[in-house]
Amino acid sequence: MTLELFLQHLANGISLGSLYALIAIGYTMVYGILRLINFAHGDVVMLGAYAAFYGAALFMLPWYIAFPLAIIITAAVGVIIERVAYKPLREYPRINLFTAAVAVSFLIENLGIVIFGGRPFAFTRPAFMDVNLSIGKTSIISYTIIIIITATILFAILLYLVNKTKAGMAMRALSKDIETTGLVGVNTDRIIMFTFALGSALAAAGGILWAVKFPQINPLMGVMPGLKAFIAAVLGGIGNIPGAMIGGFLLGITEILIVAFLPNLSGYRDAFAFAILILLLLFRPNGIMGEVQAEKV
Amino acid sequence: MKIKRNTILTIGAIAVFYGLLIAADNFLNTYWLRILNLCAVFTIFSVTFNLIFGYTGQFSLGHAGFAAIGAYVGALLTLSSAQKQANFFLQPIAPFLANLEVPFLPTLIIAGLLAAIIGSLVAWPALRLRGDYLAIATLGFSEIIRIFLVNLQPLTNGAMGLKGIPEYTNLYWSWGAAIVTIFVVKRLIDSSYGRAMKAIRDDEVAAEALGVNLFKHKIMAFAVSAFFIGVAGALFANLISTIDPKVFLFTLTYQIVGITVMGGMGSITGSAVAASLYTIFLELLRPIESQFNIGSLVIPGIPGMRMVIFSLLLLFVILFYRKGLFGQKEFSWDWLIGFLSRKNRKKSNQALISDEAAEKEQKS
Repeated sequence: MTLELFLQHLANGISLGSLYALIAIGYTMVYGILRLINFAHGDVVMLGAYAAFYGAALFMLPWYIAFPLAIIITAAVGVIIERVAYKPLREYPRINLFTAAVAVSFLIENLGIVIFGGRPFAFTRPAFMDVNLSIGKTSIISYTIIIIITATILFAILLYLVNKTKAGMAMRALSKDIETTGLVGVNTDRIIMFTFALGSALAAAGGILWAVKFPQINPLMGVMPGLKAFIAAVLGGIGNIPGAMIGGFLLGITEILIVAFLPNLSGYRDAFAFAILILLLLFRPNGIMGEVQAEKV
Repeated sequence: MKIKRNTILTIGAIAVFYGLLIAADNFLNTYWLRILNLCAVFTIFSVTFNLIFGYTGQFSLGHAGFAAIGAYVGALLTLSSAQKQANFFLQPIAPFLANLEVPFLPTLIIAGLLAAIIGSLVAWPALRLRGDYLAIATLGFSEIIRIFLVNLQPLTNGAMGLKGIPEYTNLYWSWGAAIVTIFVVKRLIDSSYGRAMKAIRDDEVAAEALGVNLFKHKIMAFAVSAFFIGVAGALFANLISTIDPKVFLFTLTYQIVGITVMGGMGSITGSAVAASLYTIFLELLRPIESQFNIGSLVIPGIPGMRMVIFSLLLLFVILFYRKGLFGQKEFSWDWLIGFLSRKNRKKSNQALISDEAAEKEQKS
């Protein structure tokens, strides 16, 4: 394998990894606070992609309006899901919360099939994302770089929100102890809503960028990215935001490189992700960043 | 004396049930027979999930994988060699399987045993984990099994799946297996092992401090569950006669979790009732979906509106009947007899009262 080719694969892996990371953050934030594996999160990713698609294809909005609008709509949907399905169950056994997440996931997927139709749509990339960049012998399509840059900006914004703002501080407090945080005067309901909005917004961004990278969308498109991102969140130590980012990048890069170096094992690509996960769980049950307990949100 | 009465009643009930099965087998059309068979398969799935989670408290999401093992064993051991050749046109079948044809009962047992062995092998490392991490790891194992089924072309025919599996499953096999499952699980949870399992569910640390061997009991629950899931998987394959790896996606596990929660965690009665209701309910909703599809392009085989209604119903049950239909309650003869005699006593009381009233009237 030449260096050029390797760099190409690496860029590809990093862009895939940043998508996993974007989605994984939503899992990790919700788990940190509610101890809930929010299995509907992958379907929120799908909603983001569809919102952007309809904005651009049906309402003819330019991408710089359609994409942010899609993110806002999806964030609102995330909040509604929390209000309707999760909030009433907060005090009950966690299996109920988990089943509620499963029910919401089924609901979104099948509503998607009913409303959007089961047929996949072709997602058109904005023109500037489809430029072939070549640096020396390495050729990369511009969306690969754009995904990485967008994700990095979003990570920076998120880390700022979590670490430097009052709402972020409240989120961190909530993940340590919900009850006590409520007692010292934090409006826990509002902060949980904020968490869901933030997580869903990032998921929507991930979904749109996913559709840019793999430009075919269907109502079940969120299932696999959701599952992978969830693995990424566990790899990094679930409940830990920097961990989710690291886990996402690690998973994306490993996946691409394994397929690149061992092409005849490419059918087992998804199995590698799970195998890595299980091995890690056995030897470091709390994930890469889990033990540090740095910022659990 | 009392135990004897209940045993007689149970045997009587099973005999009546058997009579009903004969009647159903003779009078119902194939469509309804298929649904009733599916009820039994899902009953087994749900009851076994209840054993692992409802009684032992181990959140395992490996059901789909174990069912897949059972289904593929069931298919590969019963397919005739001619059918196998027709199926494996892309790549020839592994030679040791090519001419292997086994009767149905041994097939079911082998399917169960293989699922139990693999289930125990999975459980061995996974049971070191607790709670959500166990769920994640078992989900991972289940998906790994599925991915292997897709890729092991000479063994499983890969993503194309297997067609033309003989339809051996009938009401006697499926409900027979369901009754055996319920019987074994019930005996298990009423035994000292079962009490240890419940202790593990309620408080693992306390149970261990009291001398309960955590690993032994957890792995026992896993192995017993996996065995019956494997049997149910084989029944399933020989019922619908075509299988492919996509059937055993983790969404199947989610459905089973949903059914079990609806029935009530820790109630075998609930599991059985909810599984049958679920299967029949989805079939009754089928017309809605076909009507809904007119003119629109819905890929056949992917349920749309039916699953929307099911998920809304599931959400409704979880939000408003948080313990499920049965909670932790079980059907028992004592309860039934108590219920009936209470009713009778009420009746006879009323009779007495009216008699007294009549007497009074006569006196006056």
